[in-house]
Amino acid sequence: MNIHEYQAKALFEKFGVAVPKGAAAKSPAEFESALAQLDDGAVVVKAQIHAGGRGKGTFTDGFKGGVKFCQTKAEALAVAQRMFGNTLVTAQTGPAGRKVQTVYFAAPCTIEKEYYLAILLDRVTARPVIVASTEGGVEIETVAHNTPEKIFKVHIDPAVGLQGYQVRQLAFKLGLSGDCFKNAVKLITALFRAYWETDASMVEVNPLITVPGGGVLALDAKVAFDDNALFRHPEIVALRDLNEEDPKETEASKFELNYIALDGNIACLVNGAGLAMSTMDIIKHYGGSPANFLDVGGGASKEQVQAAFKIILSDPQVKGILVNIFGGIMDCNTIATGVVAAARDLGLTIPLVVRLEGNNVVAGRETLAASGLKLETAGSMADAAQKIVKLVA
Amino acid sequence: MSIFVTPKTKVLIQGITGEVGARHTRLSLDYGTKVVAGVTPGKGGQFFEHGKHRVPIFNTVADALAATGAEASAVFVPPPFAADAILEGVDAGIGLVVAITEGIPVKDMVRVKRAMIGSKTRLIGPNCPGIVTPGTGKDSKGGCRIGIAPGYIHKQGHIGVVSRSGTLTYEAVYQLTVKGLGQTTSVGIGGDPVNGTSHLDAIKLFNADRNTWGIIMIGEIGGNAEAEAARWIKANCPKPVAGFIAGATAPKGRRMGHAGAVIGGAEDTAAAKIAIFKECGIEVAVTPSDMADALIRAAQARGAKLA
Repeated sequence: MNIHEYQAKALFEKFGVAVPKGAAAKSPAEFESALAQLDDGAVVVKAQIHAGGRGKGTFTDGFKGGVKFCQTKAEALAVAQRMFGNTLVTAQTGPAGRKVQTVYFAAPCTIEKEYYLAILLDRVTARPVIVASTEGGVEIETVAHNTPEKIFKVHIDPAVGLQGYQVRQLAFKLGLSGDCFKNAVKLITALFRAYWETDASMVEVNPLITVPGGGVLALDAKVAFDDNALFRHPEIVALRDLNEEDPKETEASKFELNYIALDGNIACLVNGAGLAMSTMDIIKHYGGSPANFLDVGGGASKEQVQAAFKIILSDPQVKGILVNIFGGIMDCNTIATGVVAAARDLGLTIPLVVRLEGNNVVAGRETLAASGLKLETAGSMADAAQKIVKLVA
Repeated sequence: MSIFVTPKTKVLIQGITGEVGARHTRLSLDYGTKVVAGVTPGKGGQFFEHGKHRVPIFNTVADALAATGAEASAVFVPPPFAADAILEGVDAGIGLVVAITEGIPVKDMVRVKRAMIGSKTRLIGPNCPGIVTPGTGKDSKGGCRIGIAPGYIHKQGHIGVVSRSGTLTYEAVYQLTVKGLGQTTSVGIGGDPVNGTSHLDAIKLFNADRNTWGIIMIGEIGGNAEAEAARWIKANCPKPVAGFIAGATAPKGRRMGHAGAVIGGAEDTAAAKIAIFKECGIEVAVTPSDMADALIRAAQARGAKLA
């Protein structure tokens, strides 16, 4: 689960991670009161969307930049009005962009130097790792590629937690000293606590900045949470922004269906994540374009199959459906009955290919044949994929 | 003759009285698995009955072990309590824990892994379909089935299968069975980013098992497990190996069902893993329908037998 920058910064403040002063406005009515929380003078106005690259982005009405430095509060107000409700397109949003429904006003900072700081899971060691670099404000992948020696890592042993010497090591490697050193140690320690205690999957501060006087601040904040841990973090779940999610994906999650929208025109309905991914792959292999990833999981009740079909058909780009089920414990006839009911109830008119294999497959195929519905069955996955691609072409 | 479990392995089921645990205990018993105990805190002294089977239930794994000598445990416990259940088995000293549960917080598994350093317990999973060593009876009955995989798709034979997936594994196993190529053991290592057994762990055992003559390895986007295994195979494994990677069409940064199926960078995409497979002499299945055929090609290239 992702959250906005303004929410991440509020979380940071809660854990004692220093951030510049800022205030969010969730509607134009809140602009004045939000701005009032900042000192007079310059203000940075930041569009809040769950995607990076905002500074270089462009709004669909031509307004340039999702992060704007404004000399006065009056200018900031005008910029916020341009941003709010507008759609921002960045390198990470895709061409459709994202509608801006929250604007964040931040106090400007005199930046002495920019650094990079992130905490995430290192899958190789199965430990959290803190990644820090003297090259802040740029793409870390580029730094990793060009100057990997400027990236420093510290792995945390979960038995003892982050140790003071580890944080000092990092701060010294970043070339810090004096008050900057002390404040960096404080910040990194607090940031790890935030990461660990909220079950975050990733925390990224880019840039982390030093300011005159020895202060160290998180100028930007990006936090994502482990979906598996949300059950024990209602306070994090409360931060969820449904506007940032594809409504089809939100709807699917209500039925405990795992659905991810893609941009093709052949929809899939599959049981099992690996099988679902490979179903998308085989459609592409035979020249088609998958419209979605959809894993109905091990249960797949009639209601879930129905809900899945409804969601699939709510995508106007979908021109055909491939159902690929390997009935392990799941009975093929149960799925077949669900598919027939859904297709009938929703008045399905587009091509449907159903490939069933596994437990009780004979009865399942009979149910499909007897349904009188215009659908095709298939033997192997290759057979199924080739059939649907041909029907949709 | 198989890895991790044999048809004689004594199995205990943690969560035996829960809906999913109960259902799969019944199926495992029907398959011929030696289910000797169940563990549900508070239900010690009761019995799990299915047909002629009467499986004693214990309050703790330690009690179950002392009474029955169980050698492997299946964890069918909900996510908030699953890490605890795994650690209970580890602490009791059981040889193998197979954690079926999907949805365990990553942090919990990070701590489990740390706690298991120095332990003699092998963990498989979590978020896995489990493991099957097929028997010689009808529909491969008489074997050992721990987890949720359908028993009937298997056949006893000489191919080792190791996979992060569930139903995609069944696809591979069934393709093999239909072509008369039985399996020594099929191992689901699960779809989570932090797990107990990697592809390489299983492959090392398959390589050492004289009864395993060929290997199918099924992976997906995210992490470096397949690359690690591929490099080891190139250096150490003379047996024919075929591989398939799911997720060539997955978008970057999205979690594709499995918690571990997230592309992190340039090296854990499907394309990158497929390239490494090819470099390492692993025959790549072009589509999921091609997995058994890929192994046949790999065997032909080496003049090796698979059955």
